Amino acid sequence: MSQQPSPIVNAPSEATDATHTVQFRIWRGNASGGAFQNYSVAVSEGMVVLDCVHRIQAEQAPDLAVRWNCKAGKCGSCSAEINGKPCLMCMTRMETLPPGETVTLEPMQTFPLVRDLVADVSWNYRVKKNIKPFKPRKPDHADGSWTMMQEDVDRVQEFRKCIECFLCQDVCHVLRDHHKHDEFIGPRFLMYTAALEMHPLDIEDRVSDLKNKDGIGYCNITKCCTKVCPEHIGITDNAIIPMKERVVDEFYDPVTRLFRMFKSKKV
Amino acid sequence: MDRLENPVSFPDRFIVHEHDVIVVGAGGAGLRAAIEASGAGVTVGVICKSLLGKAHTVMAEGGMAAAMGHVDDRDNWEVHFADTMRGGQYLNNPIMAEHHAKESPQRVRELEGWGAVFDRTKDGKILQRNFGGHRYPRLAHVGDRTGLELIRTLQDHGIHQGMEVFMEMTVVSLLKTSGRISGVIGYDRERGRMHVWKAKAVILATGGIGKAFRITSNSWEGTGDGHSLAYHAGAELMDMEFVQFHPTGMVWPPSVRGILVTEGVRGEGGVLRNSEGKRFMFDEVPEAYRNQVATSEEEGWRYVCGDKEANRPPELLTRDHVARCINREIKAGRGSPHGGVYLDIAWIKEKIPDASGHIKRKLPSMYHQFKQLAGVDITQERMEVGPTTHYVMGGVAVDGTTQQSCVPGLFAAGEVTAGLHGANRLGGNSLSDLIVFGKLAGEHAAKFAKANKAVEVDAAEVNATTAEIEKAFDRPNGENPFAIQSDLQNAMQDLVGIVRTHNEMELALTKISEFKRRYHKVGITGHREYNPGWHTAIDLHCMLTVSESITRCAMERKESRGAQFREDFPQKSAECGTFNLLTKKSADGSMQVVRRPIVPMPAHLQAIIDRMK
Repeated sequence: MSQQPSPIVNAPSEATDATHTVQFRIWRGNASGGAFQNYSVAVSEGMVVLDCVHRIQAEQAPDLAVRWNCKAGKCGSCSAEINGKPCLMCMTRMETLPPGETVTLEPMQTFPLVRDLVADVSWNYRVKKNIKPFKPRKPDHADGSWTMMQEDVDRVQEFRKCIECFLCQDVCHVLRDHHKHDEFIGPRFLMYTAALEMHPLDIEDRVSDLKNKDGIGYCNITKCCTKVCPEHIGITDNAIIPMKERVVDEFYDPVTRLFRMFKSKKV
Repeated sequence: MDRLENPVSFPDRFIVHEHDVIVVGAGGAGLRAAIEASGAGVTVGVICKSLLGKAHTVMAEGGMAAAMGHVDDRDNWEVHFADTMRGGQYLNNPIMAEHHAKESPQRVRELEGWGAVFDRTKDGKILQRNFGGHRYPRLAHVGDRTGLELIRTLQDHGIHQGMEVFMEMTVVSLLKTSGRISGVIGYDRERGRMHVWKAKAVILATGGIGKAFRITSNSWEGTGDGHSLAYHAGAELMDMEFVQFHPTGMVWPPSVRGILVTEGVRGEGGVLRNSEGKRFMFDEVPEAYRNQVATSEEEGWRYVCGDKEANRPPELLTRDHVARCINREIKAGRGSPHGGVYLDIAWIKEKIPDASGHIKRKLPSMYHQFKQLAGVDITQERMEVGPTTHYVMGGVAVDGTTQQSCVPGLFAAGEVTAGLHGANRLGGNSLSDLIVFGKLAGEHAAKFAKANKAVEVDAAEVNATTAEIEKAFDRPNGENPFAIQSDLQNAMQDLVGIVRTHNEMELALTKISEFKRRYHKVGITGHREYNPGWHTAIDLHCMLTVSESITRCAMERKESRGAQFREDFPQKSAECGTFNLLTKKSADGSMQVVRRPIVPMPAHLQAIIDRMK
């Protein structure tokens, strides 16, 4: 570079604020190969990992690929693995990492690599499109509206907090280690299905899909997804287990099946 | 296609797509437009700069304004219309403001039919909350993550409507043939390949310009792409001097400076205090709001609790005013340690049981954001906040009944357009703007596409545009794009910010010319695949265009009104209230600013305004 660049916005504007230097080991490469490269970064109080990546980008490696948007934990774009743990880079403060140790940054491992820290997450979009969409009952009122009580929507609202960062998909061993991408939709979309199934207005039936197409049986409730969720959603307890129960009720329990014939589908 | 095969590199280097309607941008406005156009039976392509569902709409927190009257039955579209015009200091297009106020309840209910789950009233209706400048509780919301609910609802509904979605692709130029839109050209981030999208109509829904400033709530995408695309294609930009500085952004730690703190905090009873502990918002109340503001802290709290006899606390005045008051306190030395003021929601524990639970329920992402990024527990401690560049009221000038610009076939919706908000936007009017005018743009773009045959794209234009954006690769030792961007942001922040003067803005113009010279020498290292340096270099062109437009208009408007505060012209001028400013590209390529008389107020709307004064 022909001149000394100043750090970009969103990195602290005075490098003199820096309190210490941190060593980073960042994966650089694309689908055909790559290697870790080392960078040292001046870090000041309050900085998050994404700030460090931006500082490296602005000062040392302008072509370092990273995906990000809101920088406030609301869009779910900057998912990566920090010291092997799936995290949002924008919400991981440097102070929370072990002091004095090199920080290793890698892209999410469960998806194909695009470049550097950017993974190809397009599989998730294809999976979602194959899930039966929301289908509401007829409006309750002439103006096209419905009556729903807060307590009836609390649970669905919990699931709808999801920012689609796909960290739960990244950590899930069914996808990560066993590569069941063709048979298993992953925690994100089991929960998405749960949100539709528990929506007070929805009249679609996705329970047989959960069993036959979505691979819900592969989930053995290790709760890794719940642990990495940056929105702290009870993915396993509140979404997946109730869906497993519905599958059991529908397909494996003759008494419940008989009973359900006499009452409405939604409970 | 024949004409396109002549140039050496074509078509091998280009991936060509063909649709009736191309939507540029996949936030609330773009997705709503795409849904409408798809429903009208035309083929639709949506180009998003990021992944689908990550657009800046996701950051909207407080809610969307719609006069449904669920919480206060005195509300109706007329009150909403009058509030919007008052907030915009009467430079708004009244036709758009009327349509917006009338349509938004219907558009919100429609979202519910697509799966959105809003917070509920006790009788099971959509709950509405208080917000600055809105007379009654009007904002349909989901905690403080309303934008996420909006974008996810539109996304999940939209993907089943037949539209084709192009993710992580950026449009660099609009293509025109014989004066009409013929398509767009852009690149994909993943591989750096060039794409041409042929289209009969194009809808711009690219959002804002916040990245032209140092302190902003906007993400990296907010570089004014649509503004710049439209301007260079011959469309007019309007009201560009009006940039909204949201009063409450985070100020500490430095790396999060600018990140939004929702107005919903104040809607739920949060108060602003200076370092002396004083609620300084009581000190100055603008004339237009004098009859609507509480005279005591006690009355303000009663309003928050839903007492219909009480007036709003002064913290819920319009954003332009609140931002200036905060600025005043900081400049007077009554700020907080990190250069902001205090926003306190924890104090409501004096008033209600389980305040901590209430705050976490109503403002979950604020709780989360402060806890995780600043180590502050907002249920117990005060927040430090200060103004942040948030929104641009100005944008592409459109016909208020069709959303078409002066370029045939070019439509626009959402933040990239001007007209609805005038000199200052009310909080909550943006999300409703997106769905009301997104729908309108989609409807009329589809009509246009049905009524007009496609025109062939001009191969020479395609090749020239491509050559232009590839030049930077020939200068590996050229100027660092991040450095130019940072210098531009500093100049705009320091010289064209909340308080403006002629001399400072003249200096800004000089600097912008210098940045343009440096931009022409910008250099890129690495290759075309997912190269942020290259992308930033391309975005710079847009940021320079909008920065110049903002500065020139702000200099031309010699008064203080709404979001524009001129220290050298601190008063509102009656004469300046008669025109909007247009930015146009003249034949020699230079930027021209001209006055256009405001849209005349129809008598039936004037009557409403007079009645609500």
